[in-house]
Amino acid sequence: MKLTQLSLFLENRPGALRLPCQVLGLAGIDILSMSLADTQQFGILRIVVKDPDRARKVLEESGCVVKATDVLAVEVPDRAGGLADMLGAFEGSGLSIEYIYPLAAGHRGKTAVLVLRVEEPERAAKLLQARQVRVLTREQAFEAVGA
Amino acid sequence: MPTPDPSRRFHPASAPDYVPADQLRGLQLERLQRIVRRAYDRVPLFRTRCQERQVSPADLKSLEDLARFPFTLKTDLRDTYPFGLFASPMDEIVRLHASSGTTGKPTVVAYTQGDLDVWTQVMVRSFASCGLHRGDVVQNAYGYGLFTGGLGAHYGAEALGATVIPISGGNTDRQIMVLQDFAVTAICCTPSYFLHLVERAKEMGSDFSRLRAGIFGAEPWSEAMRRRIEADTGVKAYDIYGLSEIIGPGVGVECFAQSGLHVFEDHFYPEVIDPVSGEVLPDGAEGELVLTTLSKDAMPMIRYRTRDVTSLIPEPCACGRTIRRIRRIGRRSDDMFIIRGVNVFPSQVETALLAVEGTLPHYQIVLSREKGLDEMEVKVEVTPEVFSDQIRALEALQHKLEQSLDHTLGIRARVTLVGPRTIQRSEGKAKRVIDQRQI
Repeated sequence: MKLTQLSLFLENRPGALRLPCQVLGLAGIDILSMSLADTQQFGILRIVVKDPDRARKVLEESGCVVKATDVLAVEVPDRAGGLADMLGAFEGSGLSIEYIYPLAAGHRGKTAVLVLRVEEPERAAKLLQARQVRVLTREQAFEAVGA
Repeated sequence: MPTPDPSRRFHPASAPDYVPADQLRGLQLERLQRIVRRAYDRVPLFRTRCQERQVSPADLKSLEDLARFPFTLKTDLRDTYPFGLFASPMDEIVRLHASSGTTGKPTVVAYTQGDLDVWTQVMVRSFASCGLHRGDVVQNAYGYGLFTGGLGAHYGAEALGATVIPISGGNTDRQIMVLQDFAVTAICCTPSYFLHLVERAKEMGSDFSRLRAGIFGAEPWSEAMRRRIEADTGVKAYDIYGLSEIIGPGVGVECFAQSGLHVFEDHFYPEVIDPVSGEVLPDGAEGELVLTTLSKDAMPMIRYRTRDVTSLIPEPCACGRTIRRIRRIGRRSDDMFIIRGVNVFPSQVETALLAVEGTLPHYQIVLSREKGLDEMEVKVEVTPEVFSDQIRALEALQHKLEQSLDHTLGIRARVTLVGPRTIQRSEGKAKRVIDQRQI
């Protein structure tokens, strides 16, 4: 039900983003999706890859600070109001969403897949399923991005 | 109303500044013998150290004999915290001050009423040396409180007969309003804070053309900075030196010649030593300043190692004072630095960082000067233990570290998170302090 996301600490200076990307590239690891959060001082690169354990190992060996986090891959209808419908699952639950970014959108035509970071992923998954929202397994998520 | 050249006006309290040298040496020896005896009789740590060196007050037959006596270190104040070096009973001590120490505990200093009178007298002489006199309006922007700067300058300026504005530090806009509206003629603060005031005053369109003298101390500053202050503002900028362990401000000060600081050596006996060997160096040689209080009863300091690097200037000064001068202090012989008048040891920064859970052995302190104000940035390497995928968790960590620093040091510092192994190591050891201040 859950997907492993890797987060990397980036200093806010030119070249900081390229190093981990190069490391992954040399190891033959494809970044399936990513989001970059930035503040005035630093940034956090969040990535989804097929083999997070190996990715983590090569990144750490190259001196990166890496953290693995459980996230959900959630399918939403690719139409106006689709995201709002999905978010309705959390209404009244007190669960707050830390961040969302797309895993796969558009090319499948009818649905988009989002990466969802919430404080309690298990509970969130149950709430989503109760609202008939599809939470993807790892394999389904990778398939959605054609990996 | 024309005013005579104020720097030439003689103040009666300044008489000891002009005593003939041989007479001064006699007075120093007499006072030194008394104070060493007092410390020996009343301060166990000093007595023990003397006994270890097999030296006693009876061996003190000339000023040169002082070199046989043990040094006092800042760590001695810490190790005997809070009152271990006091030589007077508490019912004779009328004031305590404290400055920051190396482990978060302050170092405490004490004064009898007689000690306070000495302090006031040397501050009167300091202000007189800077050309101040009755009729001056003195804005005292040194912090009032445990820090010696505020009250030291306050009582000195009052005793001089000046009008004192005890505004203390901070609240820049109000400082500027008072400077202008109260026709202030002299200001006491750190030089970096004064530059900050000047810049802010320009923005506000304020004018303080009546201001003619600044008595700046509590941090090292350069000739370049003096030239900038004097050229920008027309204010004559005087350097004043002091440290709480000795008395506070008023250990030494410049005169109109601005060519070294006269040490009030009838009360504070200066030696310059080789910081490694501890040997006394001849006049003119650069080394670490060591001071002995000649007349302070509550807490005599015998051969206190200031860690300030300077040299004694034996030549007579253009102002006619016979008391010797030291060169302006540019650096220290240890890793302590001074920021906004506060003494900081890197180890204190480390203590503050480590107080926050899960952190953080690698850090670097970067000192800079922005808009004339000293800034302290602490770069901290992010470790897997503290890293999070959430921005707000990292920002909370930054905030916690900043609070811990503020709590331990009493000054605000900016914490920046940096990548692992990005802080330069030299010889296996991190270079802890990068001082980029142009002073």
